[in-house]
Amino acid sequence: MRELLLCPPDHYGIEYEINPWMSRARGAEAAVAQEQWKGLYETLSKLDCKIQLIAPQPKLPDMVFTANAGLTVGKKFIPSNFRHKERAGEAPHFAKWMEEHGYEISWLPSNLYFEGEGDALFGGDALFCGYKFRSDIQSHRAVADMLGCLVISVELVDPRFYHLDTCFCPLPDGAAVWFPAAFDEYGQRAIREHVRELIDVRPEEAAHFSCNAIVLDRDIVLPEGAPALVASLKDRGYRCHELPMTEFLKAGGACKCLTMFMPQREG
Amino acid sequence: MVSETIELRGHIIDSLILPKVLDQILTRGANFKIREIKIGKKRADQSFARIEVSAETSDTLDELVLRLRQHGAEVAERSDAQLAKAPANGVFPHDFYVTTNQQTFVRFDGKEIEVRPAMMDSAIAVDRKKRSARAVKFFDVKKGDEIVVGHQGVRVVPVQRATSHTDVFQFISTTIAADEPKSAVIRELARELERARTTKGKIAIVGGPAIVRTGAGERLARLIELGYVQRLFAGNAFAAYDIERALFGTSLGMDSEQAFPGGGHENHMRAINIIRECGGIAAAVEKKILTSGVMHACVRYHVDIVLTGSIRDEGPIPGVTTDIVEAQKIMRDKLADVTHALLLGTVQHSLAVAAMLAPTVKTVCVDIDPTAVARAVEHQPFQSIGLVTDVEPFLRELTDCVASSETAGAPLTRKK
Repeated sequence: MRELLLCPPDHYGIEYEINPWMSRARGAEAAVAQEQWKGLYETLSKLDCKIQLIAPQPKLPDMVFTANAGLTVGKKFIPSNFRHKERAGEAPHFAKWMEEHGYEISWLPSNLYFEGEGDALFGGDALFCGYKFRSDIQSHRAVADMLGCLVISVELVDPRFYHLDTCFCPLPDGAAVWFPAAFDEYGQRAIREHVRELIDVRPEEAAHFSCNAIVLDRDIVLPEGAPALVASLKDRGYRCHELPMTEFLKAGGACKCLTMFMPQREG
Repeated sequence: MVSETIELRGHIIDSLILPKVLDQILTRGANFKIREIKIGKKRADQSFARIEVSAETSDTLDELVLRLRQHGAEVAERSDAQLAKAPANGVFPHDFYVTTNQQTFVRFDGKEIEVRPAMMDSAIAVDRKKRSARAVKFFDVKKGDEIVVGHQGVRVVPVQRATSHTDVFQFISTTIAADEPKSAVIRELARELERARTTKGKIAIVGGPAIVRTGAGERLARLIELGYVQRLFAGNAFAAYDIERALFGTSLGMDSEQAFPGGGHENHMRAINIIRECGGIAAAVEKKILTSGVMHACVRYHVDIVLTGSIRDEGPIPGVTTDIVEAQKIMRDKLADVTHALLLGTVQHSLAVAAMLAPTVKTVCVDIDPTAVARAVEHQPFQSIGLVTDVEPFLRELTDCVASSETAGAPLTRKK
């Protein structure tokens, strides 16, 4: 059974703008956000996983996006070093919680930006890591040193898809869902060379954050708005759970951004 | 051309970061040399590459390195040059760094300073207080001077071959063999010398006695009159034969006006004696005793004459420097602002001068011996032309070229 960390959206809102999706003028509907988050919580609760909750903190509206807390492998937790000061305050809360729950905390050097599971996803034995908008490529090397695994660093080139988990989603059968245009030419080639089979997401579906999906064995929880991808995944034998995520999309996040695996991979 | 060494670490092969970085260097018009590469053996092993990146300007390089840093490139840590004290006057410490004639920088206290002058086959003395580094010869070094040892902290910036063909020197170290046509090259060379004269370049002639003995002295004197020569480097013999020809019509007894000359070996001894009697070449010109020839032209047109002695010399003629070390110093001093050097019909003198030239000096070597030409031009791999030919037809054609354009254009009065 997989264990997930979530954070209720009690303090969630668009209070600053650090990606092209965010607009303080437009804002997010708090009540609708609560409802959509509960929908996610309930869907996950019915699937084969255990959910842990961290207490939300005032003035840290993006703490709801727990994928960016860090990266957990086995009992080791590598906390994020957020690029934007608006999110930097989240790190000690996540590190404290993880420590209290028995995880060994391995800090990266403070000069290396790294945004956790948002930019680091295992596919097969390789850890795919995105860089440029949020994480630095130098952090990938440090993570590879800590974990002793192969890290495939890929450059993200479309600011709308600023984290790896917004445009890339590995599947347990060795394939992966991706939006190729979010990567530079070398990143695309590196992914093609290390992933057995790739399922391209159409641009209009990628814009609904269809790649931002939680994969729990044969169940895939993803945002609404990707009929073609859902059909393709169903053909491969996956059960798809499509959820409304409009209020979180306004902050540039969706299902996967709202969860962190504990651990993402056994050590 | 400036360069910087960068390092890449990590899974740079699997992630294609190494090819990406190399492609970015090339697409931005820069170049690279992979200095070191270690590829991880196992899948999880990281790899390492040390790459020297060079670009035309430091702005281009800085901008490029900034971009490469985004992909994980780190500027290699540079260490200071290692210094050791000279153990005695005229003796360098063991393992002293031997210079080339290329622009060289040494690093100390974390900063790079240029070694001046760029001089071949020297050591580098660093003055910490003045924050200066100079190339020093054996005779320059004093006990206790701090001398660079080993290669650490020393960076050499080679002169780059020009990428576009704008003048005759832009080809890489061209040598025209004895059986190849030379007229086109000589014409181009004439244009280059005209440009040099217009832009106040300094043209040096290194001349051997063959110039005078083959009867080409008059051609050289004409070049001097037209303002194409600012320095003349020659030996005692060159001056002696030139003066003999001016005074007696022969050089080492040979009359170049006759088809089968012979006799008159004593003439050069008499010529030397006359100059000694006058007190020097300039004095002989002043007294109107010496009224023609190359040396006469040099005096009249204020060409710097650097005459050096050799073991076979008679005389010597007053003004000839016979102390070899002193002669080296004078030659280096007189070559410092030279922009063009013509090494004509002299092997040893040409090689000595070629070894002292800055790599930016445009150099022409003319000799009947292909080996002499090859040895002289190898000092100047990007800015030199070698012509395997007798020096007389070369000078005749060159002088005709510059003289014809002189009469075609507005004549200039260069007599001083």
